[in-house]
Amino acid sequence: MTVPVQAALSSTHRWPPSQWVAACLALCVLAPVLVLAALAFSGEFGHWRNLLQHVLPVSVSNTALLLLGVGVLTALIGGGSAWLTSAYLFPTRKLVTWGLLLPLAVPTYIMAFAYLDVLHPLGPVQTLVRDLLGYSSARQFRLPDLRSMPGAIMLLGLVLYPYVYLSVRVMFMTQAASLLEAARTLGCSRREAFWRIVVPLARPAMAVGLSLVLLETLNDIGASEFLGIQTMTISIYTTWITRSNLQGAAQIAILMLAVVTFLIFMERYARRRQRYAITQRMHPIQPVQLRGLPALVAMLLGWFPIVTGFIIPFWFLVNESFKRLSSLQAISAELLKATWNTLSVSLTATVVTLTFGLVIAWSARYARSGTARLLARCSSLGYAIPGTVLATGLLIPYSWLDRIISSVMNTLAGIPPQLFIMGSAAGIVCAYTLRFMAISVGSVESGLARIPPSLEQASRSLGHSAFQSFVRVHFPLLRPALGAAALLIFVDAMKELSATLLLRPLNFETLSTWLYAEAARGTYDEGAIAALIIVFAGLIPVILLARTQLKANY
Amino acid sequence: MSTLPILQINNVQLGYKQGRGFKTVVDDFSMQVPAGEIACLLGPSGCGKTTVLRAIAGFEAVYAGRILLEDQVLSEPERMVEPEHRRIGMMFQDYALFPHLTVEQNIGFGLRKATPQQRKQRVEELLALVRLSDLRERYPHELSGGQQQRVALIRSLAPAPRLLLLDEAFSNLDTEIRQKLVVEVRSILKQSGISAILVTHNLEEAQAIADHIGTMKDGQLCAWQRRSQADIAA
Repeated sequence: MTVPVQAALSSTHRWPPSQWVAACLALCVLAPVLVLAALAFSGEFGHWRNLLQHVLPVSVSNTALLLLGVGVLTALIGGGSAWLTSAYLFPTRKLVTWGLLLPLAVPTYIMAFAYLDVLHPLGPVQTLVRDLLGYSSARQFRLPDLRSMPGAIMLLGLVLYPYVYLSVRVMFMTQAASLLEAARTLGCSRREAFWRIVVPLARPAMAVGLSLVLLETLNDIGASEFLGIQTMTISIYTTWITRSNLQGAAQIAILMLAVVTFLIFMERYARRRQRYAITQRMHPIQPVQLRGLPALVAMLLGWFPIVTGFIIPFWFLVNESFKRLSSLQAISAELLKATWNTLSVSLTATVVTLTFGLVIAWSARYARSGTARLLARCSSLGYAIPGTVLATGLLIPYSWLDRIISSVMNTLAGIPPQLFIMGSAAGIVCAYTLRFMAISVGSVESGLARIPPSLEQASRSLGHSAFQSFVRVHFPLLRPALGAAALLIFVDAMKELSATLLLRPLNFETLSTWLYAEAARGTYDEGAIAALIIVFAGLIPVILLARTQLKANY
Repeated sequence: MSTLPILQINNVQLGYKQGRGFKTVVDDFSMQVPAGEIACLLGPSGCGKTTVLRAIAGFEAVYAGRILLEDQVLSEPERMVEPEHRRIGMMFQDYALFPHLTVEQNIGFGLRKATPQQRKQRVEELLALVRLSDLRERYPHELSGGQQQRVALIRSLAPAPRLLLLDEAFSNLDTEIRQKLVVEVRSILKQSGISAILVTHNLEEAQAIADHIGTMKDGQLCAWQRRSQADIAA
């Protein structure tokens, strides 16, 4: 019996199932934003006035100062070190080149946690300085307090600069060489070529890196809390947690989203110009060999961010953990529980995020309309929404869902009403999925882009359906991209603090919330061990990144 | 019209350090280019022809021998004139047009000592020479391949170099455009009396443009042919 031809023809107007999934997910990302907007503008005008008079002046100016300071500092360190390692040869350059990525493994709140102790008036550094200068007590000499705006800018800048370093360095490696040579044949000295060619060329890559840095800065809750900087993120948190004023929290959140939107536009604008700046033949800049004093200075400059952004906090954590373990002989059951919670939540989130990412990227690739591509963009927006804002926006949808699920379960299975989402880790997994979807969609999309369409056409012409082609052709080819994405999502989920703090059920601790609670109490028990586990996990993708991104160097 | 050589390369050795050893790319290489004439280095990829060109421009150090331009020593072991002080123009395979500058700004880039008036005038002249006067406000990505090529040519000619180097300058173009451009470039060079060295792997291109063709293989010059006016016109 033959299949009627009519049945084999599928309608081109109907949405394929994958597109429905993409649409639902895009809606899930937009839901918290819409809820926040509705909440923020539903209240009386008086709320806004109160906010404008009392909360905002401090937190907005603090946030603006922090963004400005961190932006300038990361541009200097990131851009400067990218140029140093591309244009000059000095002893240990190879080591410095990849070592500069290491601070990526240290989340901002762990940086603050470590430095508060390292630079404590009675800590190792200040004691050493006093001993060297011959002072006997902390009253006679102490360094400026770290709990200040300059302190926060310094600590955040020292761990966030790698975003700028990476994007600017890739630009130098791939585009700058022949342009620099052309400038030299037209009579420019090295110094002039730097100002007339290198700086303007680096600007788009710099903006891309900077927008990531600033989004991370906005997202930070731990470091600003430990250092006592009242930022907008902290205001949202305290408005909801201590004053139970969800509407007020929503109003601040909406203002933060405005800042985020501006940052995304900045990034998009920069990329738009970057697209044209492709030259066909790529060869790296020919570095200048430095000798003597200049070589020493270059070496010191190169090592400074590595030592301060990674080696010191890492050494501190290892040292503290070792002390703790040798005195306790065992890790407490609570910490083991927190570790287990972290691993299971992160792993679940990774699997869920990857699966959705595959579906969305796949539907975007084969859609004829722009709708699917727009949906893919929408569902990737979560990365830009600060964790605290996302969590605040999810509180109300979660409670609606809990009420619906409860009543359904009650009528169908007679289960007594309970909080299925807010009372379990499901809420955290959902938030992670929304926040990290961009990693998954992005890597699958770029992986798919490298597979020529002729492969799918060949597979289809050999009698495989679209789905079979995916399973037998695309999936095996996508495996490296999926592996890399899985690792990144897993580690980001392990580090996540700001959304977890708001959405975790009672008595549910992850490594990051454990650390936060300890630092907030000012007790330093097993926090260092928790921090060390997070940093170790974070090191894995950094090492892989160093191997792939910087291979083309030499 | 045999004149004195403008460029002399005498027994040059080129290469790079590899670990503790030294990898020779070009060995005992010599050639001369008479003033006002166009020479071409022809050979397969990897034969060292681009390395020779980059050594003349000042991007590669010489480990033996010397390079002279108009009796000035440009390179010898342990000593070299910086590229920006050589007054040698270079056209790159990928054109290397500055993506953040307009056509006009790209061409004016090398006119460093000129007043704004002089610069504008010179840029106009050059644009008229290649009939691109309408495009002066455009950015490089808004030009076709052939237009980018012409802009790259006049940019390198703008500071009136003593010698022009062309590194596979035509290989990214379609055959049809290439043939037209090669003839055009030759006539522009001849008009302005600039000596040039072209590096290519394409024999037809070499025959259409060059007064001298040197054939290279494995870092050695294995043939040098002086061609008559009739050969080139044919």
